[in-house]
Amino acid sequence: MTTDLRRNSASFPQKPKKKKIRFRRVLFLLFALTVLVTFAFLFLFPTVFTVTNSFMSTTEISANYGKIFTGLGISGDGGRVFIAEKVNLQLIPDRVSFSQYATVLLKSPEYLLKFWNSVIYVLPIVIFQLVVAAGASYCFSRVETKFRSIVFFMYIILMLMPYQVTLVPNYIVMDKLSLMNTRWAIILPGIFSPFSVFILTKFMRRIPTAVVEAAKLDGASEWQIFSLIYMPLCRSTLYSVAILVFIDYWNMVEQPLILLADQELYPLSVFLSKINEGDTGIALAIAVIYMVPPVLLFLYSEDYLIDGIAYSASVKG
Amino acid sequence: MKKKVKTVSGNPEASVPDGTETVIQSEKKKKWRISKRERAERRRTAFFLTPSFLGVMLFFILPFLVVIFYALIDNPTTANFVGFSNFEKLFSNNAFRLALKNTGIFSLTAVPLVVVTALALAVLLESNIPYKSTFRTIFLSPMIVPAASVILIWQVLFDYNGVINDIAVFFGADPVEWLKSDFGYVVVVLLFLWKNIGYNMIMFMSALSAIPRGILEVAMLDGCGTVRRFFTIKLRYLSSTLSYVTIMSLINSFKIFREVYLLTGDYPYDSMYTLQHFMNNTFSNYDYQKLSSAAIVLCAVMIVIIGILLWVDNHVGKGIEE
Repeated sequence: MTTDLRRNSASFPQKPKKKKIRFRRVLFLLFALTVLVTFAFLFLFPTVFTVTNSFMSTTEISANYGKIFTGLGISGDGGRVFIAEKVNLQLIPDRVSFSQYATVLLKSPEYLLKFWNSVIYVLPIVIFQLVVAAGASYCFSRVETKFRSIVFFMYIILMLMPYQVTLVPNYIVMDKLSLMNTRWAIILPGIFSPFSVFILTKFMRRIPTAVVEAAKLDGASEWQIFSLIYMPLCRSTLYSVAILVFIDYWNMVEQPLILLADQELYPLSVFLSKINEGDTGIALAIAVIYMVPPVLLFLYSEDYLIDGIAYSASVKG
Repeated sequence: MKKKVKTVSGNPEASVPDGTETVIQSEKKKKWRISKRERAERRRTAFFLTPSFLGVMLFFILPFLVVIFYALIDNPTTANFVGFSNFEKLFSNNAFRLALKNTGIFSLTAVPLVVVTALALAVLLESNIPYKSTFRTIFLSPMIVPAASVILIWQVLFDYNGVINDIAVFFGADPVEWLKSDFGYVVVVLLFLWKNIGYNMIMFMSALSAIPRGILEVAMLDGCGTVRRFFTIKLRYLSSTLSYVTIMSLINSFKIFREVYLLTGDYPYDSMYTLQHFMNNTFSNYDYQKLSSAAIVLCAVMIVIIGILLWVDNHVGKGIEE
């Protein structure tokens, strides 16, 4: 808005005032950039360190961080290598080494198996949640009845409930259907999570009824209106929702811990905390591999993600 | 499908029994005819809701009724109605009280902190800053990067022999057991801020850019300063977003268990014991009564808080939308 100020003062030329404003503008920019750069540094710091440190060799890692992870009492072979007195956070590795990646990708398939577990959970959840939610949102946005607004309100409340509340009903159902400790226990509740219904309904309510009326005059069936008019119009919103859902489930920790007893079935997000204590180098490499899909998705479609967040920014339609 | 048909009959015209139909006056008949067509449309569109509705009923709503039932009985085999004694037992449970206290303190401090910081950053970014989109990307990045991936670096930072303590010693302070003392709370708050600021910031930025420019320019011509413009105009336009961001942050503050679990495992120091830890332990004991009553207490608390925030939103934000 300071540019607006400048524009205004330009239309009423007042030289000294203009100069003062420009000085204040520079001062403000300096202040703002300092704050923003500081925050940006703090925000990027953990990610950047994880990535660069994953290229360290095993000896270098234990030299730098051995103190911490032997302190946890898990890895017994700490005496083999030199361990520094203090922990020593290093941005650039002394020698770039791909040995951790080689171990993860080629030698020990168990990590890749966990990665695959994550994929098996997340992909069906994203796809089917969108399909189910698109139908529900179509219904909510086309015709409004008292019953439907009550159901929609119920969906909102459900969406706002923390896991600590919804996991208990989930647990009881899975127990009754004897699906505990199977992949279905994670996937089924995920598919019916009301989050995407909420965003999609808000978007679909903006589609003008005239479009629907015109299509009906031309003899379109409900299915045709849904698939030929609503879905193409919603394409970018669907994409935004898909990214949000993907990120949410790629990160899941609570559900697998409660609904799965078998560690074989754990997604990598939970399993990572278990290998952290053992082999730090491998944990770093697998951590980097794990962040690749969401980061690629993000770089490829940041604008969609931002639109999706902006759409979700109000409870009211 | 059955439910859908019932909806339709919720409509007053539709619930009139067949016999009385003939008595209805012509004017009412007209209405009836329209609603008949509408009824067909309702039925056809209802089909699209069915899968979602059935799923939500099966996996969330019906089991929640079972949860309520479990909370009111003594145990699933004998099923004697015991009233509120489960809740009394729950509130006398030390672990639950600790979890509730920690979560309460955490939400009360971290949520305002994250909302204010995100708003400040959004205002800075929306005021014609160079590299705006680069900053936006950077602030959003913690949301994208899985917490599990970067938790190792947090451990390196906050370990007793870690980097933060090094820096503290360099400046002459005493080293602190970050993860095994009451300072654990600070670490959790920092993680929470790191993870959630970006998301909230985006919501504020989109709301800020939606404020009509005209009003701001008029205010400026009338000699309204930057600070006053922010508090009297922008904040009023933001009020609805503000309450929504608060709700979202509150919900996300319940998710902080993820980071705590990844950081410390199943048995954290007392100051980091969250409600989710309590739930996990209770799940492993198969104590349905405790679990159910805890879920209901939490649900009730959430409904009250969300209700208050929505009410505030409805009453404060009035007069903005034309």
